[in-house]
Amino acid sequence: MTSKYFRDVDQKFILSRKRYKSPKCNSVHDVTIWLSKAHLVNAVISTIFKRLGLGLITLFLVSIIIFSAINMLPGDFGQAVLGQAATEETVAVFRKELGLDKPAFFRYLDWIGAVAQGDFGTSFSGRASSGIDRSRPVIDLVAPRLSNTLFLAALTAVIAVPIALFLGITAALWRNSWYDKGASVATLTTISFPEFFVAYILILLFGTLWPLFPSLADIRPDMAMADRIYASILPAATLTLVIVAHMMRMTRAAIINLLASPYIEMARLKGETPRRIILKHALPNAWAPIATVIAFNLAYLVVGVVVVEVVFVYPGVGQLMVDAVSSRDIPVVQACALFFAATYILLNLVADIIGIVTNPRLLHPK
Amino acid sequence: MSKQNTYSPSAEVGSVRTRRTRKQRIWIELKKAPVSAWVGILIITFYAVMAIFAPLIAPYGEAEVFDVPFAQWDDTHWLGTDQIGRDVLSRLIFGARNTIGIALATTFLAFLIGGSLGLIAAINRGWLDQLISRGVDVLMAIPSLIFALMLLSIFGSSAWSLIMIIAVIDSTRVFRLTRAVAVNVAVMDYVEAATVRGEGLGWIMRKEILPNIMPPLVAEFGLRFCFVFLTIASLSFLGVGIQPPTADWGSMVRETAQLIQFAKYDIKAALTPLIPAGAIALITVGVNFLVDWFLQKSSGLRDE
Repeated sequence: MTSKYFRDVDQKFILSRKRYKSPKCNSVHDVTIWLSKAHLVNAVISTIFKRLGLGLITLFLVSIIIFSAINMLPGDFGQAVLGQAATEETVAVFRKELGLDKPAFFRYLDWIGAVAQGDFGTSFSGRASSGIDRSRPVIDLVAPRLSNTLFLAALTAVIAVPIALFLGITAALWRNSWYDKGASVATLTTISFPEFFVAYILILLFGTLWPLFPSLADIRPDMAMADRIYASILPAATLTLVIVAHMMRMTRAAIINLLASPYIEMARLKGETPRRIILKHALPNAWAPIATVIAFNLAYLVVGVVVVEVVFVYPGVGQLMVDAVSSRDIPVVQACALFFAATYILLNLVADIIGIVTNPRLLHPK
Repeated sequence: MSKQNTYSPSAEVGSVRTRRTRKQRIWIELKKAPVSAWVGILIITFYAVMAIFAPLIAPYGEAEVFDVPFAQWDDTHWLGTDQIGRDVLSRLIFGARNTIGIALATTFLAFLIGGSLGLIAAINRGWLDQLISRGVDVLMAIPSLIFALMLLSIFGSSAWSLIMIIAVIDSTRVFRLTRAVAVNVAVMDYVEAATVRGEGLGWIMRKEILPNIMPPLVAEFGLRFCFVFLTIASLSFLGVGIQPPTADWGSMVRETAQLIQFAKYDIKAALTPLIPAGAIALITVGVNFLVDWFLQKSSGLRDE
């Protein structure tokens, strides 16, 4: 009886697939289906626009938070930056330059308008009490480092994503095997390690004991591509180790979650080969969670860069930000924070949108 | 014969079974615990002993300076001395006290803020819930390390501002979890009964909802502690966290990091910066093992 039931379902499945594949609209019924599909596509697009709008609002609110940072500064900040010897006039000029004499609302508008044109103000460092101003525009400090940080993140992503996906999918396939258990213990351990621990172990092994790679990633703009990659191998490897653990665990969980669903069991009961089940049945539904996992981890990567850059003295935005924090150079901190937050929000947004677009359920009527 | 035979079936059925005491039950659970959980418990106990009895265990004072900076490992200084001649082993032991203490205080504060706001939001479910939730959404959109760096540049790096800043940032994550689990409990009949009989907000939070959401919160406490610990260690490593002369593992790594380049000549010296880093890694591994076991125990949760 059971087999008859399955044959019935099978027959229906084949029929429905045939009908779905035929592009012709033979009847009024088919036309309504196509119309409702068009409607659903619209629904998907509107969902995407909603997410984009939400992302913009988030970005706007975050920019307000980052801007208000300067308002929370204690006491007379002008005097603190310029030093005790600063005259009243220099302090007054400095305060005026910061716009501290205007209401916060207008200052925010001025600031965000300038930021939109790529002007983040001038750095606090290099100002002297005598009034001589050797400070540099923030954008000149940040811009050259921006490409370095993005290069490091991209290099890591290129290495880490395939490894993580391979490990995650295979661990899900052979779950509860020694392979899966070993991978699980290894990733749990790596997740618990602070980034600098991993970094220094790598330096100890491959930087000093067996000096294969440089332990200081000294990147200069005039370097050839191969040299740049060679110099940033160790930082990239550190980030890869940290991120592969996260990504692999999440991929494994996503796939296992999927393999537990009834339609996979159905396919298995029909006697399909494991390969076909994975490629034909599981993967189309798995792209959404996997893509989300990748985008989410890239967002994590952009932030994880900070510590690694400091360890390897890699000239990126993270290192600049840490230096600016210790010297309390607020405009530079703001610019870096805005860069990191914007990248983070953007990548999470991308993860969201990929999740919507690749979810086949949204494109089919219920 | 009939004198000896005092057994009666009805008496056995009727007798009250002696309950196991809490101690016995915990011991039975522990005996069944996997190796990883035992390893976790041992690691945590070891660290706790180090932290509590630091002045008794440590051979020298926390900031005691000796003549030779970067001394080698020998009988007087088991792990050598650091860049200005302080005993590394002593600083390692005192560091356990400072780093774990600050991380624990931060986690408690984060749970106090996030937990109570989460409970209030779950009970309220109205405009207040919306306000807090959306606020938390925005705060969580900024990566936590970056946010912490920005706030530290404003408020300066004292131990108190460090605790406050990290606690506030991490309370957003605690809020999310507390609200998510408390919402399911807040709609229960007994909570409504409590409201109807006129109990106050504080009573409903503490006596009606909190006992029912304890297991996930306890597990989250362990995980959150790991995150806080790693964040503080990273910030100290970056030089903007716990400030010298307070001994702390993150800054110890930073201070002795240059020794690594001499690995070929003196492997022991090169290991010096790795020891505090390893200490950080070990405690997070230990807590993770314990939390893993607790999660499986409390909810039968498995990742399948």
